[in-house]
Amino acid sequence: MAGLSFFDRERTIAKPGFNRWLVPPAALSIHLAIGQAYAWSVFNLPLSHALGIDHSAPGDWKLTTIGWAFSIAIVFLGVSAAVFGRWLERVGPRKAMFVAACCFSGGFFVGAIGVVTHQIWLLYLGYGVLGGTGLGIGYISPVSTLIKWFPDRPGMATGLAIMGFGGGAMIASPLSVFLMQHYRSATSIGVWQTFVTLGVLYFVFMMWGVFTVRVPAPGWQPRGWVPSAHRKKLVTTANVHVDEAMKTPQFWLLWWVLCLNVTAGIAVLEQASPMIQETFNGRVTAVAAAGFVGLLSLFNMGGRFGWSTFSDYIGRKATYTTFFILGAFLYATVPQTGRVGSVALFVLGYLIIISMYGGGFATIPAYLRDIFGTMHVGAIHGRILTAWSAAGIFGPALINYIRQYEIDHGVPKSQSYTITMYIMAGLLIIGLICNLLVKPVNEKHYYVAGGDEAERTPGYTPGRPTIPVEG
Amino acid sequence: MTSPTITSMPPEHEQASSRIELIIAWLWVGIPAAWGIWHVFLTSLKLFQ
Repeated sequence: MAGLSFFDRERTIAKPGFNRWLVPPAALSIHLAIGQAYAWSVFNLPLSHALGIDHSAPGDWKLTTIGWAFSIAIVFLGVSAAVFGRWLERVGPRKAMFVAACCFSGGFFVGAIGVVTHQIWLLYLGYGVLGGTGLGIGYISPVSTLIKWFPDRPGMATGLAIMGFGGGAMIASPLSVFLMQHYRSATSIGVWQTFVTLGVLYFVFMMWGVFTVRVPAPGWQPRGWVPSAHRKKLVTTANVHVDEAMKTPQFWLLWWVLCLNVTAGIAVLEQASPMIQETFNGRVTAVAAAGFVGLLSLFNMGGRFGWSTFSDYIGRKATYTTFFILGAFLYATVPQTGRVGSVALFVLGYLIIISMYGGGFATIPAYLRDIFGTMHVGAIHGRILTAWSAAGIFGPALINYIRQYEIDHGVPKSQSYTITMYIMAGLLIIGLICNLLVKPVNEKHYYVAGGDEAERTPGYTPGRPTIPVEG
Repeated sequence: MTSPTITSMPPEHEQASSRIELIIAWLWVGIPAAWGIWHVFLTSLKLFQ
């Protein structure tokens, strides 16, 4: 099976002279593709008219039924990232990215059969289970490779890739709308053809990343780079096994740090359009609100790259401390801008908040590298992403239920978000406490040489575990 | 039967091919990303209309 050996880790070790700046676009080709998930909503309305074409006919799927495909995909994203993390570290990024491409594109093909035959379970199985598994494996596949290629700038490197996930919907949304219009006819809504086209396009796009990605040779370091003698207190040179990492308080503190940061941001993203319209009743139209949502997307993406790059200079702990203090302040004060009627200040406040939401996603891999070392950082990242799934359920539920409770008790719609924002500020204070409690991992958790898995991992130096240098 | 001779590229050619590879790599992801960002940028302008 010579063909399959092409995907082996050994075949991906870079030759001397390989330009490491080829790895970020390889990672981006995966993340820009799988970021399509955030654009799922463009299929909701057409799919609800699959039989009636221009109206909802008896037997057509309800919007709530269709929405489950996205929810299943997000659940499988979290599950597969957590389950396949160790496998990824063993087989390397190329095989993992190939599997991600097959699953993600395969999900579209199976989903297309579901649309043609009008069987919702096939849509769930395709886009939800298969596609979601591709999302999870694809999301974590380039992370540890990037960290190993950029030991001098791990935040910037992972920020670039994770920025792609934020930007994927920006490509997928107009592309999907264009394709559905192109394929639409008197007898078809054009969705199954769009699914097949997207499946082919994304497979080709992702395969380019599969061919391009390389891992650094053992012991490789950037030319001219010397690890700083004045190491930061939290940055370890030791490694912690993924199973051992879960036994440390640091893992669970960081789990809560990510969960609380995401909870606050996702709630805003979910309700952005109605929130600005209701806060400035009559002054902000639905069209202008769509513009606000667009600006939020841009700042969500920009924050991923900007904040994670900034974290290379000020440190991960200081970056999250900034998120939590500035975030809590903004959540507590932005409702006042609604009361005084300042749309500009309201928008500015939420743009900063959403940039920190994106920044939280992009900075966490480098934070994990600092705390647990590079050996299993991809697998540990995969497991910590379960915090995202939890926040995805908790955040929107919190804002929706509290808003409804407020309205039911006579609070005007324009002020129905105030209490929620104060609660968000409170959650961020809890996140701040969790972040401040993060200390270097106890030496007893360090991986000691002798494990076969570690020795196969490029960048891992066997020997006595080293102790983080105080500084 | 003689085995094929493998001739390596001169270093300056290697550098040039690496540079072209790098440009193609960034264009591969940059063009779709720029297209997507442009669409969102146009949408976001509606806030100021």
